[in-house]
Amino acid sequence: MYPENFYYSQDHEWLKVEGEEAVLGITDFAQKQLGDIIYVDLPVVGKTVEAHQTLTTVESVKSVSDVYSPVAGEVIEVNQQLIQTPELINRDPHGEGWILKLRLKDKSELNNLMRAADYEKYLEGLEH
Amino acid sequence: MKKTRLNQVHREAGARLIEFAGWEMPVEYRGLIEEHLAVRTKAGLFDVSHMGEIMVEGPEALALVQYLTPNDAGKLLPGQVQYSALTTPQGTFVDDLLVYCLSVPDRYLLVVNAANTDKDFTWIKEKGAGFKARVTNESDRYSQLALQGPLAQEILQPLTAIDLGQMKSFNYAYGQVAGIDSLVSRTGYTGEDGFEIYTTSETPEVIWKAIVARGEPLGLQPVGLGARDTLRLEAKLMLYGNDISDKTTVLEADLKWIVKFQKGDFLGKVALEQQLAEGLKRKLVGFEVVDKGIARPHYPVYMGGQKVSEVCSGSYGPYVKKAIGLVYLPIEATAIGTEFEIGIRDKMAKARVVPTPFYKREKK
Repeated sequence: MYPENFYYSQDHEWLKVEGEEAVLGITDFAQKQLGDIIYVDLPVVGKTVEAHQTLTTVESVKSVSDVYSPVAGEVIEVNQQLIQTPELINRDPHGEGWILKLRLKDKSELNNLMRAADYEKYLEGLEH
Repeated sequence: MKKTRLNQVHREAGARLIEFAGWEMPVEYRGLIEEHLAVRTKAGLFDVSHMGEIMVEGPEALALVQYLTPNDAGKLLPGQVQYSALTTPQGTFVDDLLVYCLSVPDRYLLVVNAANTDKDFTWIKEKGAGFKARVTNESDRYSQLALQGPLAQEILQPLTAIDLGQMKSFNYAYGQVAGIDSLVSRTGYTGEDGFEIYTTSETPEVIWKAIVARGEPLGLQPVGLGARDTLRLEAKLMLYGNDISDKTTVLEADLKWIVKFQKGDFLGKVALEQQLAEGLKRKLVGFEVVDKGIARPHYPVYMGGQKVSEVCSGSYGPYVKKAIGLVYLPIEATAIGTEFEIGIRDKMAKARVVPTPFYKREKK
C-alpha cells in the first residue's frame, strides 16, 4: 500500500526523494479521509517554505485541508494536471496524484520523517 | 452511540461510518460524487432510520397538530403527507417536519429531524398538555429507508403489491415491501422522485437487501449522509441548524407557502402576521460563488466592506458543478443578480444571488 522508498509525515504528506529534489503528495489515508477532491489551490513556482508551513490547500466536497511541507524547500514544479482533474489525488494518491516538486533546503530534515513501516504503525494507532 | 438496525449491512458494504446526532451513520460508501450522481441519474438507497417519529393520537390530535404547525393539516386525508414546521410563538422554528395523516381527526405521525427528536417530543407534550391527545415518541421502533432517483419506481414496484404508479407525490400507502409490513410514501429529501419506506419490523435489512439486489444491476448505489446533504442543497431543501433555526422565522426562510393564516390559531401566528405587515428585513436566498473557491457554513458575508451575514449551507454541488449555498441577506439585497463577497479563508470571493432551486428535475 505505502511505497517503501517514500518518507511520510504525521500530517499525511509523502515525499519521494530524487537527489536534491522531492516529489510531494498526500497519502492514501489522507485522500480517503477527505473524500472526493474537487479543487487544489496550487502554489506558485518559486514559493519557499520552512518545515511545517502551509504549501497549499486541498478541497473535497465536504471539507478543506491544508497541505503542510514536511521539510524546508522551494517549489520548483506543480502538477498542472490537478487543475483540470483534481480527482487524480483520489485515484492515484502516490503516483499521478502528486501535487508538487520541492528543492530541498536541508536533506538532514528527512531524518525527522517516517518510513513506510512506521507510518503504517502510526495509522494503526490513529484507528484505535 | 445509537445504531440503526441496518448498521451491520453498512459495515458489510464498506461504508465509512461517522457520528451524527448521536447515531453511528454511513457518510459514504463508494464516494460522495458518485453516489450523488447515481441518485440524479439512476437511483440511490439511504438508511435514514435516525429520523424521529412522534405519534399524536386521540380525539383532539388534529386540533393539536393545527396548533403546533403553520400549514393546514385539516386539509389532509388519510393517505396524505404534508411538509410543515413546529413553530415558536415568535414564528421561528423548533423544527421542520412531515405530517402523515393516518386517521382524521385522531391519528397523525410527525416525522422530525434526528438531532431534534427529544426536544420536539418535549415541546409537543408540553404544548399539548391541554389537548385530548396522547403523544408518544415511537422513534426507536421505526426504521426508515429512502429510495430516490428516476428509477425508484421501476426498482420498487416488483417488490410490493402497492400500485406505485397510482401514488402521487406526498401520498402514502400501507403494504408489504419484500414481505415486510411497511408504510410507503412518495416523498424524499433529494429533489428526485422517490419513496420513503417506514417499518417497525425487526428485520428492515430484508427490504434493504431486496432493493439492492433488484436495483444494483440498474445502477442503484447505497448513499450516505454526505451525498444526502449535497442533494438536498441542490434542491434547496432546508437543513435545520444550518438554514432554519429558532432564530429565523418561517417567512424569512422563504417558506410562506407553508403558512396558512386562514386556518385558525397556531403558535407563531401573531408574530408572523405582524412580520408580514411590517415587511421582512432579511430573507434566505441562494447564491453561487463566482470566483474560485467553495463557501462553507459560517463563512462571513460582506457588502460594501461591512459584514452583513454568514453562510448557512454552503458546498460544492456535484450535479450543478458549482459552488452553491444559502444565506440570509438584507431584504434590499435579495434580488437575483445582486453581488456580494464571501470571506473564503484569507481571500474575498465574489458571489451572486441566483434563482433557486439550484437543481429542478424535469417532470415526466
